[in-house]
Amino acid sequence: MTVHQRDWQAFVTPGKDGAVHMDLAVDGITCAACMGDIERGLKRLPGIRTARVNLTSQRLAVDWVEDQTGADEIVAELTRLGYKAHPFDPASQKDRQDRTGKELLRSLAVAGFAGMNIMLLSVSVWSGNATGIEPETRDFFHWLSALIALPTVAYAGRPFFRSAFRALASGRLNMDVPIMIGVVLAVALSVVQTVQHQHHAYFESAVMLLFFLLVGRYLDHNMRGRTRSFAENIAALKAEVAARILPDGSVREVPLSKVSAGDLVLVSAGERVPVDGVVETGMSEIDQSLVTGESILVAVDRGQRVYAGTLNGSGSLQVRVEAASGATLLDEVNRLLEAASQAKSKYVRIADRAARLYAPLVHGAAGLTFLGWLLAGMEWQPALVIAISVLIITCPCALGLAVPAVQVVASGQLFRRGVLLNTGDAIERMADIDTILFDKTGTLTLADPELCSPFDLQDPVVRLAGRLALASRHPLSTALVRATGAITPLPEVKEVPGAGLETMVEGATLRLGSPQFCGASAEQIEDALREVPGASLLAIRFGDGPVQLLPFRQSLRPDARAVIDRLKAEGYALEIVSGDTEPSVAGCAEALGIAHWQAGMKPAQKIVRLEDLQQSGHKVLMVGDGLNDAPALAGAHVSLSPVSAVHLSQAAADAVFLGDRLQPVADALRLSKRARAAIEQNLWISGLYNVIAVPVAVAGFVTPLMAAVAMSASSLIVTANALKLRWGEGRPETGAGPAHLPAEKAEG
Amino acid sequence: MDVLIYLIPIAFFLGALGLGAFLWSLKSGQFDDLEGAKWRILDDDDLPDD
Repeated sequence: MTVHQRDWQAFVTPGKDGAVHMDLAVDGITCAACMGDIERGLKRLPGIRTARVNLTSQRLAVDWVEDQTGADEIVAELTRLGYKAHPFDPASQKDRQDRTGKELLRSLAVAGFAGMNIMLLSVSVWSGNATGIEPETRDFFHWLSALIALPTVAYAGRPFFRSAFRALASGRLNMDVPIMIGVVLAVALSVVQTVQHQHHAYFESAVMLLFFLLVGRYLDHNMRGRTRSFAENIAALKAEVAARILPDGSVREVPLSKVSAGDLVLVSAGERVPVDGVVETGMSEIDQSLVTGESILVAVDRGQRVYAGTLNGSGSLQVRVEAASGATLLDEVNRLLEAASQAKSKYVRIADRAARLYAPLVHGAAGLTFLGWLLAGMEWQPALVIAISVLIITCPCALGLAVPAVQVVASGQLFRRGVLLNTGDAIERMADIDTILFDKTGTLTLADPELCSPFDLQDPVVRLAGRLALASRHPLSTALVRATGAITPLPEVKEVPGAGLETMVEGATLRLGSPQFCGASAEQIEDALREVPGASLLAIRFGDGPVQLLPFRQSLRPDARAVIDRLKAEGYALEIVSGDTEPSVAGCAEALGIAHWQAGMKPAQKIVRLEDLQQSGHKVLMVGDGLNDAPALAGAHVSLSPVSAVHLSQAAADAVFLGDRLQPVADALRLSKRARAAIEQNLWISGLYNVIAVPVAVAGFVTPLMAAVAMSASSLIVTANALKLRWGEGRPETGAGPAHLPAEKAEG
Repeated sequence: MDVLIYLIPIAFFLGALGLGAFLWSLKSGQFDDLEGAKWRILDDDDLPDD
């Protein structure tokens, strides 16, 4: 949409043999036909080496020879084919290869293949023990098992060992510490048993344990990777770029990561301001609702500060990029954000809480077993064998799967309902909530203003004004165009920056713009504002006729009332904290039936209100989108943010919801409660398993066969219990999965 | 039981072969897009364009 050139060098990365590589997020790939269309269409361009669509992540990777085709031609060809595409900023996409995921999958494969081979040998030994195997053969099989198991544990156990050492180094206990101790002891004990020609070795237990735990880890990682890559696609399709003005005066569009403090950036009319900075030249009106929560446009002039995420109105601005300094809103938000996120990091995940309880208990039981058998007159070595078998049987196989299995299933369900999780433990925290704080602008309401009084569509003056509005990209003009459905623009439109539009129709002047520009009286403005409190006014005047005032306001999300009613019925305490003016917040609260509301809140006041509630024992869910909500989002027990929010808020929130409806908020709460219940059941199941297994182990009756069966059975039960979450949850009511509704609202 | 001397190395070799094949397929990107692959078999891009 922008007229200036894009600096393609900033988006492509060099590939092999003089070729270049570019990754694009492509919107609207839904089926195999799209995939074929895009790949075949691109291959017709000269110089294209490979064009490959990834249907899972909805991305396109293109390699081509640079001097034969330009990147802009590729994007143009995609547009011609009917797909909106935008290249990724290479800097924002560091993890293209997904190293962690591949390492986990490799470890999983090694553990799986090793486990199968060892199990073959073990089954032979177990049946041989019953039927009279020769000791030499058994020793041989045990040595072979050791040969496979030792390198496998060293290789496939690395993710756990690393995490356990990190936890121990910082003086904490997590689930990986007992896992590491259990696995290492099991292998060490088995080697000792093998050397001593004993009947039993536990190699297969150690490897199988790693296999099951790696399954849990991999699922967990995949869940996060999927939501993250989806969020990256949305960010790329929002076209987070800046138009940098070079010293020679030419303008190049570059990714945000290539803009630094001191650069001059051009912000055209109707665009979002990409950076924080000071206006160097130009004047305009700015919609700051994403930053301050106020829905009224603010006039900006030379020397004034503008913030990333705000929407520029009618004039174009040159903005000098600034690293934040001094007492600005952004600094305050950053400071509050830091303080708030520190407070929140105190939350301990359920799995880690279980580990804190579990590790001392199990190790204590093993120690007592050892002492008990010694006191009962046993030699120290067999007593040690029994103690270690207690550790093996209690090794947290089911416990390691209990939480990730549920999180994977629940996050998949949430994903289908348009909720993307930033953090896995958000589900646990969301289940505790009893109070919900809503921001108003952009959260309860939609981000774009809408005409909110009845008007006569047949009125020729309004229709003319709609056509006149096509000439401007001012937010109110675009709203008027939407309302009137105008298509043909009027000729010879003159734009008066910061005031309005003017043209001649049939010899008379038609004006559209601020009430002052059209000559509206102060009384008339007052009357209009009394009728629709907190509205932005757009005035029309045709010739010497009367001035018509059209009030605009962000309208409520279509299902807001229904969702709020349901949340109230479910017993949540609801409250609105908004930065907007009192009349408009009051109107919104009344329309939704929310009794508690506060208007004109600054970021710090929102935090104070939040802390008051949390100190009186409430668990608060914060739902907000603006920069002014970011600290509250970070400080709340758990937080949600709509996809239209500013980047900082999305990053501070625990989850992001898509689309125009408020329903995902209610869905997220309901699903989290079920998921939380499933997590607790799973923990009880693994607890119960231990209650049965430990006495058997303490008594010294545990054989490797029992360990293998108990381990697999408990893991399967826990996984099945997690899958239960999917039952009774059909497709979401409105059909469309997140794949179909992203980013339509992206460009304000 | 002397046959074990031949059979066990053969079993190991086959196991290692399977593991190697999997690691190779992982490395060559065959697990990157699990959605698209099932549709690509229907794609006649080996035929010339009409």
